[in-house]
Amino acid sequence: MNRKFFINTALGFAAGLGAARLVKSRQDRQRRLSFRNTGPRKVLIIGATSAIAAETARFFAAAGDDLFLVGRNPQKTAAVTNDLQVRGANRVEYRLQDLADTAQHANLLAAAIEWLGGLDIVLIAHGTLGNQKACQAGYDLTEKELTTNFLSVVSLLTPLANHFEQQQRGAIAVISSVAGDRGRQSNYVYGAAKAGVSAFLQGLRNRLAKSGVAVITIKPGFVDTPMTAGIEKGRLFVGPEVVAKGIYQAIETGQDVVYLPWFWGGIMTVIKHIPESIFKRLSL
Amino acid sequence: MKQYQSWGRYFKYTHQVHKIRWPGRAETVLQTTNRLVLPFGMGRSYGDSCLNDGGLLLDTTPMNRFMAFNRKKGLLRCEAGVTLAEILKVIVPHHWFLTVTPGTKFVTVGGAIANDVHGKNHACAGTFGCHVTQFELLRSSGERLLCSPAKNPDWFRATIGGLGLTGLILWAEIKLKPIAGPYIEEDIIKFGNLEEFFDIAAESEANYEYTVAWLDSLSHGQSLGKGLFMRGNPAKPPYTHMPHRPSGLRVTVPLNAPNFALNRLTMRAFNLLYYEKELSKIKRRLVHYEPFFYPLDAVHQWNRIYGPRGFMQYQCVVPYNDGYQAIKTIVHKMATSGLNPFLNVFKTFGDYPSPGLMSFPQKGVTLAIDFPNQGRATLDLQTEIDAIVREAGGVSGYAAKDSRISAADFQHFFPQWAEFSRFVDPKFSSSFWRRVTTR
Ligand SMILES: Cc1cc2nc3c(=O)[nH]c(=O)nc-3n(C[C@H](O)[C@H](O)[C@H](O)COP(=O)(O)OP(=O)(O)OC[C@H]3O[C@@H](n4cnc5c(N)ncnc54)[C@H](O)[C@@H]3O)c2cc1C
Ligand SMILES: NC(=O)c1ccc[n+]([C@@H]2O[C@H](COP(=O)([O-])OP(=O)(O)OC[C@H]3O[C@@H](n4cnc5c(N)ncnc54)[C@H](OP(=O)(O)O)[C@@H]3O)[C@@H](O)[C@H]2O)c1
Repeated sequence: MNRKFFINTALGFAAGLGAARLVKSRQDRQRRLSFRNTGPRKVLIIGATSAIAAETARFFAAAGDDLFLVGRNPQKTAAVTNDLQVRGANRVEYRLQDLADTAQHANLLAAAIEWLGGLDIVLIAHGTLGNQKACQAGYDLTEKELTTNFLSVVSLLTPLANHFEQQQRGAIAVISSVAGDRGRQSNYVYGAAKAGVSAFLQGLRNRLAKSGVAVITIKPGFVDTPMTAGIEKGRLFVGPEVVAKGIYQAIETGQDVVYLPWFWGGIMTVIKHIPESIFKRLSL
Repeated sequence: MKQYQSWGRYFKYTHQVHKIRWPGRAETVLQTTNRLVLPFGMGRSYGDSCLNDGGLLLDTTPMNRFMAFNRKKGLLRCEAGVTLAEILKVIVPHHWFLTVTPGTKFVTVGGAIANDVHGKNHACAGTFGCHVTQFELLRSSGERLLCSPAKNPDWFRATIGGLGLTGLILWAEIKLKPIAGPYIEEDIIKFGNLEEFFDIAAESEANYEYTVAWLDSLSHGQSLGKGLFMRGNPAKPPYTHMPHRPSGLRVTVPLNAPNFALNRLTMRAFNLLYYEKELSKIKRRLVHYEPFFYPLDAVHQWNRIYGPRGFMQYQCVVPYNDGYQAIKTIVHKMATSGLNPFLNVFKTFGDYPSPGLMSFPQKGVTLAIDFPNQGRATLDLQTEIDAIVREAGGVSGYAAKDSRISAADFQHFFPQWAEFSRFVDPKFSSSFWRRVTTR
């Protein structure tokens, strides 16, 4: 069994799904989210210097929204802030925070909500693709990876969920990954963290459905960003602006789970269906 | 995924590529690589000035953030990978425009500076570099130089038109031009031969900011040099109507159109169509700036119609003083060559001096010709034209376009190349630079 075979089969399958999706997305667009009132939307972006997040933020900027950004590197965060300001955001502010420091999260969110004067949309995007081999060598790095990619997200979502539940509207979007759909030897620490994020969001969506809050799980495939700088780029790679457009549309239409680009839905359906007895022998 | 080819698709080179989203990444790459490096923007240069065979390319397009826009003064600061297309989206609604723009908006600010590009208004606005107020240059040593006419002026001069060789431009600030709205008052005038063209050009000089002419390259004899002259000024309100902006991207030429796609017949049909489309002798109309400045941008990847063998663009400028004899000889040579010159564009360059040391424009008439690649004959014809240009005291070998000029000719046309080479970063090089500096 080789990898190419799976990818080809999956792509064929995905084409079929794609057609079905097109019909669905048109329906979705017709019932645009009702939380959009007339003024600028209040948008919080966490991990704002991520290539994917910064590209997504441009759509909100072009729409004239209010943006509060969280990043950890002063130069990068300021650069993204200025970019969004010039591109038409109504107001932009940022705050620096290492998100692994979960003790600071409550303060951080309070500051954001105060500056924005409320909260309509939050996008959580930070993450690290840690070195799997190094994680295997010792728990210290593994713990760090799980903190950044899973625990810090949970720490942010816990108070955020309560806030949104109370106000009975809004959208919570989080970037998970296709890597969370099935563990593979090449990146299962990262995959486990993302699987945790996806499962957490699933439950949260179930809880917040009755409050009219959209919980959106974003599962990108391969994206050409600094995170993947060291990886050789195959044909399935897309630029962050492609994924960003998908994220923005998913938020605007209040989707549940989106694979980006869409064909990853097909690929992952196939991959998830490979029997474990075979899967465990593949070099993936 | 993005292809690292130049616009003519004539050179088939291989590169290692690093995408630069943050300056820190460029610093690391420059520090650690032992290959020769070259910045790469949108690859809209036709020849090999954006290529670096066997070396490393720094793809600057992810470095595309705006930094500041002073809407009162019309000053825009942005990272070097921002494209003119993105700039227009941001500035036009605030009644500002690019003071100088080339014939495509899909170029980066870094690329526009490195080739010191020109537009249809050279006589009244000079080159792109004339409106750059400052920029920051990263050298492979890790040194960062803030350059302006006042600070590091020698580096400022060397980097404008510096072919990407003096270092990596991280960001730049440019001076914009105020506009009343997005429309242009355009005249389209038919001319039947070169004499008429020169007359219209002379007559239009004083009263029209923008001028350009398109030449039917296939007719000869009586109608040698027939074509369309287009001139325009920014339109002032109130507008008679609001011409709509052509919607986004409409057509894409499929990958690797076959070599025969652009045979003589289709070209003749195209040229005729273009010419006959405007029936009256003079047609005046109000147009959106998009079709006026960027007619070719409507067809995405139009360079593919030349097939996998690619094409070359030849551009030269010839001074006025010889009664245009040189231009006539060139046009005649080209029309009778059987080498299917396709898109041919005339513009005029004025006296406006550029700060750029290696800048191409000088006062005169400039002619740009696209040739499908037909091997030896295509190369030879361009070499013959070089000789005519040389004789007439003109300049050929514009790096944004050239694919084939000899080192000797280049060094004749750009005698300042030796002075310039002192500014070339030891870790930077391009296929073009190696070609024109080795004998
Ligand atoms: C349809 C069309 C019409 C055109 N019309 C005109 C015209 O009217 N007038 C005109 O003058 N030109 C014209 N051109 C040519 C084009 O404007 C130039 O080739 C321009 O330099 C291309 O910019 P780019 O971003 O694609 O750069 P590239 O072609 O990728 O690179 C060009 C040069 O810029 C350097 N460079 C890029 N970024 C940086 C950076 N950050 N720091 C330092 N160096 C850098 C590269 O190393 C290279 O030397 C046209 C091209 C096309 C395809
Ligand atoms: N690229 C892909 O192929 C891909 C595929 C699927 C999912 N994803 C997910 O997409 C999201 C965005 O990644 P990207 O591709 O855009 O990569 P990226 O540009 O490298 O962005 C990652 C971001 O996370 C930030 N970050 C990491 N640890 C942090 C911490 N402890 N505190 C604060 N910020 C921290 C980084 O900040 P600094 O800039 O300061 O380092 C950076 O802005 C991630 O969640 C990633 O897992 C990516």
